[in-house]
Amino acid sequence: MTVKLMTATGLSAAGLILSVALACAAGQYGPGASDTEIKIGNTVPYSGPASSYGVNGKVDAAYFAMINEQGGINGRKINFISRDDSYSPPKTVELVRQMVEQDQVLLIFHSLGTPPNMAIHGYLNDNKVPQLFIATGADQWNDPKHFPWTMMWLPSYGAEAHIYAHYILKNLPNAKIGVLYQNDDYGKDYLNGLRDGLGDKAGKMIVATQSYETSDPTVDSQIVALQGSGADVLLTAAIPKFAAQAIRKVYDIGWKPVHFLNTVGNSVGTVMKPAGLEKGADIISTAFAKDPTDPQWQSTSEYKDWVAFMNKAGLSANTTDIQTVFAYSAAQTMVAVLKACGDNLTRENVMRQAASLHALQLPMLLPGITLSTGPDDFSPIKQMQLEKFNGTIWKLFGEVMSGT
Amino acid sequence: MIVRKDFAYVFPEKLAVGSVGFASAVRRWIGPLVLIVIAAALPFAISNYHVFELTLVMIYAIAVLGLNILTGYNGQISLGHGGFFAAGAYTAAILLHRYGVPYWATVPPAALICFALGVLFGLPALRFEGPYLALVTLAMAVATPQLLKYFDNWTGGQQGINLPKVQPPPGLGIDRDRWLYLVVLVVLLVAMRVAANLLNGRTGRAFVAIRDHPIAAAAMGINTARYKTLAFGTSTMFTGIAGALSAIVISFVAPESFTLFLSLSFLVGSAVGGIATIGGAIVGGLFIVFVPNFANDISDAAPWAIYGLAMLLFMYVMPRGVVGSLGPWLARLTPKNQLTAPKSDDEHRGRLL
Repeated sequence: MTVKLMTATGLSAAGLILSVALACAAGQYGPGASDTEIKIGNTVPYSGPASSYGVNGKVDAAYFAMINEQGGINGRKINFISRDDSYSPPKTVELVRQMVEQDQVLLIFHSLGTPPNMAIHGYLNDNKVPQLFIATGADQWNDPKHFPWTMMWLPSYGAEAHIYAHYILKNLPNAKIGVLYQNDDYGKDYLNGLRDGLGDKAGKMIVATQSYETSDPTVDSQIVALQGSGADVLLTAAIPKFAAQAIRKVYDIGWKPVHFLNTVGNSVGTVMKPAGLEKGADIISTAFAKDPTDPQWQSTSEYKDWVAFMNKAGLSANTTDIQTVFAYSAAQTMVAVLKACGDNLTRENVMRQAASLHALQLPMLLPGITLSTGPDDFSPIKQMQLEKFNGTIWKLFGEVMSGT
Repeated sequence: MIVRKDFAYVFPEKLAVGSVGFASAVRRWIGPLVLIVIAAALPFAISNYHVFELTLVMIYAIAVLGLNILTGYNGQISLGHGGFFAAGAYTAAILLHRYGVPYWATVPPAALICFALGVLFGLPALRFEGPYLALVTLAMAVATPQLLKYFDNWTGGQQGINLPKVQPPPGLGIDRDRWLYLVVLVVLLVAMRVAANLLNGRTGRAFVAIRDHPIAAAAMGINTARYKTLAFGTSTMFTGIAGALSAIVISFVAPESFTLFLSLSFLVGSAVGGIATIGGAIVGGLFIVFVPNFANDISDAAPWAIYGLAMLLFMYVMPRGVVGSLGPWLARLTPKNQLTAPKSDDEHRGRLL
């Protein structure tokens, strides 16, 4: 009896010690993480005027569902909570607070748009909740000193402008540069990025700048003024409507500058075709992801995997939309970070791992482009490759360049 | 007897004080007082997120109250109140951000500016009736986000303005969310009281008379132009105050916050709550905040279909809005309830002044 009791006590004590040891091994958890689950929050406009961006949330959700089917991340399933904010900042604040305070998500991932992200920026940083891989490109997001909980994903506008500056310094050292930019933070990011990239030569090389307001009917007078300044290089930092106008006007007045066009306005469908395909020949832009409509990728296994994923997710209709490539790759970045966290799923460790990406390769990014971050660098994608428009499609040329 | 009942309806306070005295006054105030105490104690019983949500409800309630004055009592339909909400929000934001004005001091200027804007807008609106006025105000709602982007020197354009976070007064020992809840609650109560005084008095009767029969009202000597403009100004003033509070609570403004949908939400909230009521504004605020979330919980794919269905259901079951329909029923239980406005029944018509 006594022996039995002692054995029982001994066994249970051993069991207790074992379970404590196991619990330690099983890891540390912040809110929203457990042995079986990782909760992730997201806001995207599924409705309203910006609902064409809603596909980002659908791709993210489908990708995490696929990861869950394959067994999850280190045995944990992702519980992805994606809500519709209609691109309305007050709604974003409300939903994000709900996800953080009620649903207790571990982090906010890939929330979309500059104004919605601005609205939750302060709240998430005050409460030390990771705001990871947001879907917006403004330079201001890369600010780990003041906002150590916010990380971007898309290459910043400034990084892209740096790449044009490098190219100009190397290949067109005597260039006289004219800049057409939208008169807001987005346009100024390009102008400042170019100045920054040219360094002390900026003052001499940039001979003229012209801005437009989104309410302007055309940019014709700006283009004429830029030509009149004697510039032989033109950088156009404009959204699709004005980019198309600029291309057409440059051609129509017989001006033949080396024309650099920002990625914001380089879509074949919404810019190059309306401007007139032949008028856009030889324009230079940049890319970092594989354009799904470009035939050169369509025979690769990476493309085939992606198409199979899109079809399985019921998103076949969106396979010409490059946004879905971005969302697919952003979700892969998130999975890579969570895998690197191992069993330490605290918010601090998630940020630490997100800030120590080292040459991460993703299948749908251009060959040679990798993601890297550091404690002072919260801009994962800085590399891009130049491309030239051949009258039908964009053709990549040169090497992968870094925008820092 | 009928005359006396009618008298009680229009001048309940005079009746109460004159006929029964102190005991009755206590009885009349005890209900609202209990409600106010509950409302003030509520944030200390629930989580921060729910406190924040209810703060938004009260802000939208103030905005809807403004619209009720104009549309419900004066019969002028506005689809553009989101624009005045934006004007209030940006007034507060610019004062806070540019001039470092303390947050509580930004509300009165926002109220003044929105009152002035409303009067200015009300002048041309005099020439438009019914659906035409709705169209004019619709134009304003559509233009608001673009105007805000155009004047980007002041408004921060597309990027909006980030505002400093409000700090609760030290020593009180309550956090930011609960402090703002109480501030907004006080503003809401004052707004409701002011609205009740205005609408239960001479001005309110003039508003209603103009709504019900403008020619008869004019024949009775009501200056319809003056009262219609006044209704517009008062209405936009309330909505502008709500806008200023929303900027303070959200601590961010951007053009995307003030789209056409916001204006439509106000009208929906107003109709669901009870368009010619004061208490209905609170129901409207609840509807604006909770129903879209509720719809999203039910269906990810078609939340706005659910929203529409909820709207239809409310309108079908309670065509005069929640408070407009339940109010008279409640009033029968508690004779001195003041929730509902003078009705526009034929019985009352012509006796309002």
